[in-house]
Amino acid sequence: MSEDLVTSNAIHERSVEALADAHLQDAYGSSALRLYTHRLSAVSEVPGWQRLRDRAQALKREVMDHLDFYLAQFADNVEKNGGKVHWAATAEEACAIVREIAEQAGAREVVKAKTMLSEEIELNHALEAAGIRPFETDLGEFIVQLAGDRPAHIVAPAIHKTRHDVSDLFVKHLHSEPTDVPEQLTAIARRALREKFAATPLGLSGANFAVAETGTVVTVENEGNIRMCTTAPRVHVALVGIEKLIPRFADLVVFLRLLGRSGTGQKLTVYTSLLTGPRRPSEDGPEEMHVVLVDNGRIATLADEKMREVLHCIRCGACLNTCPVYRKIGGHAYGWVYSGPIGALVTPQLAGIAKARELPFASSLCGACRDVCPVKINIPDLLLHLRSEAQEKVPAPRPSGSPFSERTSMRLWAWAMQRPWAYTLGARLARFGQRLFARQGWIKKAPMFPASRWTEGRDLPALAPKSFRERWKEISSSSQ
Amino acid sequence: MSTAHPGRKPRVALFITCLGDQFFPQVGESVVRVLRRLGVEVTFNPAQTCCGQPAFNTGYRDEARAVASGVLDLFDDADYVVAPSGSCTSMMRVFYPELFAGDAKQLAKVEALRGRLFEFSEFLVNVLKVEDVGARFPHRVAYHDSCHLLRELGIETEPRKLLCAVRDVELVELQDNQLCCGFGGTFAVKFPEVSVAMGVDKTRAAAATGAEYLVANDSGCLMHLAGLIHRQGLPLKTLHLAELLARE
Repeated sequence: MSEDLVTSNAIHERSVEALADAHLQDAYGSSALRLYTHRLSAVSEVPGWQRLRDRAQALKREVMDHLDFYLAQFADNVEKNGGKVHWAATAEEACAIVREIAEQAGAREVVKAKTMLSEEIELNHALEAAGIRPFETDLGEFIVQLAGDRPAHIVAPAIHKTRHDVSDLFVKHLHSEPTDVPEQLTAIARRALREKFAATPLGLSGANFAVAETGTVVTVENEGNIRMCTTAPRVHVALVGIEKLIPRFADLVVFLRLLGRSGTGQKLTVYTSLLTGPRRPSEDGPEEMHVVLVDNGRIATLADEKMREVLHCIRCGACLNTCPVYRKIGGHAYGWVYSGPIGALVTPQLAGIAKARELPFASSLCGACRDVCPVKINIPDLLLHLRSEAQEKVPAPRPSGSPFSERTSMRLWAWAMQRPWAYTLGARLARFGQRLFARQGWIKKAPMFPASRWTEGRDLPALAPKSFRERWKEISSSSQ
Repeated sequence: MSTAHPGRKPRVALFITCLGDQFFPQVGESVVRVLRRLGVEVTFNPAQTCCGQPAFNTGYRDEARAVASGVLDLFDDADYVVAPSGSCTSMMRVFYPELFAGDAKQLAKVEALRGRLFEFSEFLVNVLKVEDVGARFPHRVAYHDSCHLLRELGIETEPRKLLCAVRDVELVELQDNQLCCGFGGTFAVKFPEVSVAMGVDKTRAAAATGAEYLVANDSGCLMHLAGLIHRQGLPLKTLHLAELLARE
């Protein structure tokens, strides 16, 4: 991945910008909340939802414990079905493989289904550099591509765009009439996209699941464009992250039940495609099917006993929709393709902690994400783990308004907290000092970090005139 | 009432929390009043300071461990340790085992503490088996589920049972009552703008219920919410559950 495309350490600045953008606040407030409430009602209909999550978690653990076995089994079965398997250790290798397949197929254009992995490896840039035009066919991705933008959500890429934004984009790029009726906007996009499917020799997709037992690539979607991308062109390429494996065909039902309800609040998405090899005689479908299995940092994550749980993620987006921080700051603040609580875990794994050391701190650790995660990833616990990794490997910048580095402040604090006399003395000094700033028990503008950051947006209660320990003498002598 | 200590009152050691000690001593006093009313002997060891959470939460595990080690030796003679905070209780119950992982000696002390450690509302309802503590509070009250209390400790019904048993109180639920208030420990000063935006939503939701008091079990959340209410000039007051239960 190129250096400048990961801007995660600017999450604080980005979040301040997002909060000041009323338009963005409206878009996230309504869309993320809608997905959140849809999920709530969809999940409440399923008896045994918790058992289903337990089962999915156990299956994911099984896969990660034996990933070598399941990958080999999957690859064998893809080849048995007549497909071709490619292995890519890095983003660059994955892009090169796709480019070569496209060149062999004589493709100057590629129709693309929504795939976060292609965003991760920056496939569009690589293809464009080789003179091949990638054409996004997912409505959200299509909008994002027209806008020259990036997905702001792993399931709903254009969540940050309102219908008015979309109309403006279509007027500008597709010369359509302005409209803010969603059905009409969809129809405009559909007309622009339809002709592409028929004329383009190569279709590219991701995978929601890859079934080892049968060599099947599974995709779920609502628009039908993935089915078009994977069946209409002569060649189909599926980009598959190696964590997408599930052991058996029968396990698929567990994940399909969880994914639709968690992601969009649907029992099942409108289309579920099971792609098992290229077309056979008398069938429709692509003549060639290529499966590109991509590592790009996943094996390193697998080797990290604590963080490997991140690979369990099935990219439903429920943690984004439920996250009160994501809802305020939006996807772009996270500075890379994966956003929200899961993005704060994935990005440091794949892009390195140095480029994303601020992400794990952008959370109140409320734990709402863990409650909704369909595979029960302990997100707040992993965020805490990454915070300590960040502090060990990439020291925190000095907080503005603080005379000390964060680590020095924390050491001083810990020193005092181990010595009740120092703690008491520190509190007395603060009590003395606050007389200059406190009015009627409140401080409106504190002079020193961290209190100065506190009072930027809220008042700070003054320290009580007497601490509990000072009052304890009276308390303990009264009654009892 | 517990019968585990025949012939004498159960002895409770307070873990008062650093915020409670320095900012909100009236919370600790209220805890003492309520526990004494229920026939419990209350002790306070002044060697205590903080549970170590600010350092742990910010990723400084060595510093957190140093502070937390001090806590492990404080309460040897108590039957129970009670803290008026879901967050500090979570730190000790849920995160100490992780913090001291691999240190068998300290882990044994952690286990000895965890077996006796209770958050205030859970201690009343689940240990003392008391819901009606004899309080009266003739006001409309909204209860805020603090996240550590709710999600790390799973304490959701206990505070409500206690509130429902208070005479003349009117308990109302907040819209999105499980949504975080935005405090988040050091998050509040690392991302103050986001923290404040979340808190503004919470205080507005509370004001929309027409409640006179916003009640919670964590001094951190309450400090944040009180600061927002004061800055916005909302007609609302914050109160720790213990303070409410101490009213007669």
